[in-house]
Amino acid sequence: MSNAVAGPFWWRSIGQRLTILLAGIAAVLAILSWWMVTSFAREAAERTQDNVLVASATSIAEALRSEQGTILLELPYSAFAMLDAIGEDRVFYRVAANGETLTGYDDLIPPNTPERPGEVAVRTIDFRGDQVRTVTVRRTVLAGQQPVPVLVTVAQTRTGVEAIGSGLSQTAAGLSVALFVFAVGLGAFAAGNALKPLNSFAQAVTRRGPADLRPLRRKVPDELSPLLVALNRLMDRLGQSIRRSEEFIAEAAHRVRTPLATVRAQAELALHTVEKDTEKQMLRRIIRAVDESSRSASQLLDHATVSFRADALAQEQIDLADLAARVTSGLQPTAEMKDIALELDAKGPAFVLGDAILLESALRNVLDNSVKYSPAETEITVTLDRADPSNWRLVVRDQGRGFSADSLPDLTTRFKRGSNVAQVVGSGLGLTIAEEVLDAHGGRIELTNPKNGAGACVSLILPAA
Amino acid sequence: MRFLLVEDNMELGEAVMARLSLDGHAVDHAKTLAEADEWLAVADYDLMLLDVMLPDGDGRQFLRRTRTAERLPVIVLTARSQVSDRVDTLDLGADDYITKPFDFGELEARCRAVLRRRGTPTPALIPLGDALFDPSGGTLSHAGEIKPLRNRELRLLEVFARNKGQILSKSQLLDRLFSQDADVSENAIEVYVGRLRKRLLAAGVEIETVRGVGYRMTWE
Repeated sequence: MSNAVAGPFWWRSIGQRLTILLAGIAAVLAILSWWMVTSFAREAAERTQDNVLVASATSIAEALRSEQGTILLELPYSAFAMLDAIGEDRVFYRVAANGETLTGYDDLIPPNTPERPGEVAVRTIDFRGDQVRTVTVRRTVLAGQQPVPVLVTVAQTRTGVEAIGSGLSQTAAGLSVALFVFAVGLGAFAAGNALKPLNSFAQAVTRRGPADLRPLRRKVPDELSPLLVALNRLMDRLGQSIRRSEEFIAEAAHRVRTPLATVRAQAELALHTVEKDTEKQMLRRIIRAVDESSRSASQLLDHATVSFRADALAQEQIDLADLAARVTSGLQPTAEMKDIALELDAKGPAFVLGDAILLESALRNVLDNSVKYSPAETEITVTLDRADPSNWRLVVRDQGRGFSADSLPDLTTRFKRGSNVAQVVGSGLGLTIAEEVLDAHGGRIELTNPKNGAGACVSLILPAA
Repeated sequence: MRFLLVEDNMELGEAVMARLSLDGHAVDHAKTLAEADEWLAVADYDLMLLDVMLPDGDGRQFLRRTRTAERLPVIVLTARSQVSDRVDTLDLGADDYITKPFDFGELEARCRAVLRRRGTPTPALIPLGDALFDPSGGTLSHAGEIKPLRNRELRLLEVFARNKGQILSKSQLLDRLFSQDADVSENAIEVYVGRLRKRLLAAGVEIETVRGVGYRMTWE
């Protein structure tokens, strides 16, 4: 498509653009949701660990007692049992009074300590090459008469928490991918659905013949209605301009022909009343000149009509047999004037696609030529047959003087007339009109002088519908 | 025959009237559609000649409105030449059309063809000796035999038949027959007169050559 917008192929269709944009949005949302789920899961796992650590440390602190000034501790089993719930993590502890380790790991020094009893200090630190979570609680134990502050620190490695976190993170990633794929599918569907009115609008415009300029009457979405209004306005203007041109042609014909008709009628009448041969001769010249100009005028107007209609060629189904019959019977009285027998041999239906007005004007011009150039009491035949399996052929054959061999190649040139017809009225546009019409319909015109006998033979060849 | 001519151009209308009267037809001339309505109400016509562009409307609409064409043959006179226009005219019930400017010979030929197609009863048969001449049907009947005449013979015979015993010059005859073909010579007249003589011999009609002047047809 030459009128596609610039850009890579996948950017040229609105549907694809919408799908891609929606997919991008879905991707951002999927990543965001994955990140949120993951961090929330991690936080939840950490909080659970902290709670268990606090409970453990508290239960150890509760077990502290003093006997005769000495601080005694019997580590409760449950304090460590509850930590198993988290997973295969190692547990460290330290109970210190006045900075002196009572039991546990000497090097487990919490970075921060609670200021008052009941407070809890939580921190993550590096301990013996691992990250551990430490919880420290404070309890004041009376040793003798002296209150001694005791710090109980319980620590646990974070492998279990990390495992829970990454497991949840993987699940979340899987869900996000599924969500993304689903969203892309929905996006494509939504894009297609949203564009449906646009597509059906485009089809409605395309389906119309070039001559159909009625306004489009259909319900369109709000976004399309400016386009519809603009299109209808354009078609209206085009229709008006076509009508004006047609009216102009009709008006021009009327203005030119009516006075010519008067002149001709008066001259013909005068021909019956004048006596002198010289006067008669003058009147005949007037009549001849009138005929010449009227014929030129009508062919010029025909030619204008042809050029103008060929630009937007109608595509009606036309039966050539029917058309030939119509044209032939229209010219019958003219032929009868010269006692020319007009024979028609056309059996239909012989369908072609095109503009009936143009095709009729082409055949009429050819046949009119034949009648004009044929001597009295001869025969003109119009036959319709197949030129080949895909083409119809209308042949007009007369018994006149034929085409002069030297001018045969360029007889269809505008205003060119045969070199042997100087005394017959004609403008030289007839065959040009016929050829232009045939060209516009993808057909052609052939001029020959048949070998058997005199006469001219014009073949109009048109593709069958 | 009686014609109703509807034509707003005075000069053209008068010329057509004069020319048709010359051939022995009666013509009423209406300049507007309203006038045409009045004439149609009071008189019977064999044929109407109707212009399409008239001051008080379009001749084609008149045809559709009045449905005149149902009872009266109509030939439309049009200054347009577009085929579509002609087709529409025929669709509206007109029998034929003729494009201005027109040849009277052609107009006559078209009138005759229309009347023949319509099967309008021949208004006037002209007895020529023992034969009967039907100008609108274009035939000559003699001794129970009806023979069609060629168009030029017919027109020539019509001129003779309407001018019994008068001398008609070759050039007068030529004008009646060939006003549209300037290349026909006076010799052609001799050919057609010769043919008519043969056809009319048995009926006792004679076409006499008046030396240096022309021809005269006489019959009992």
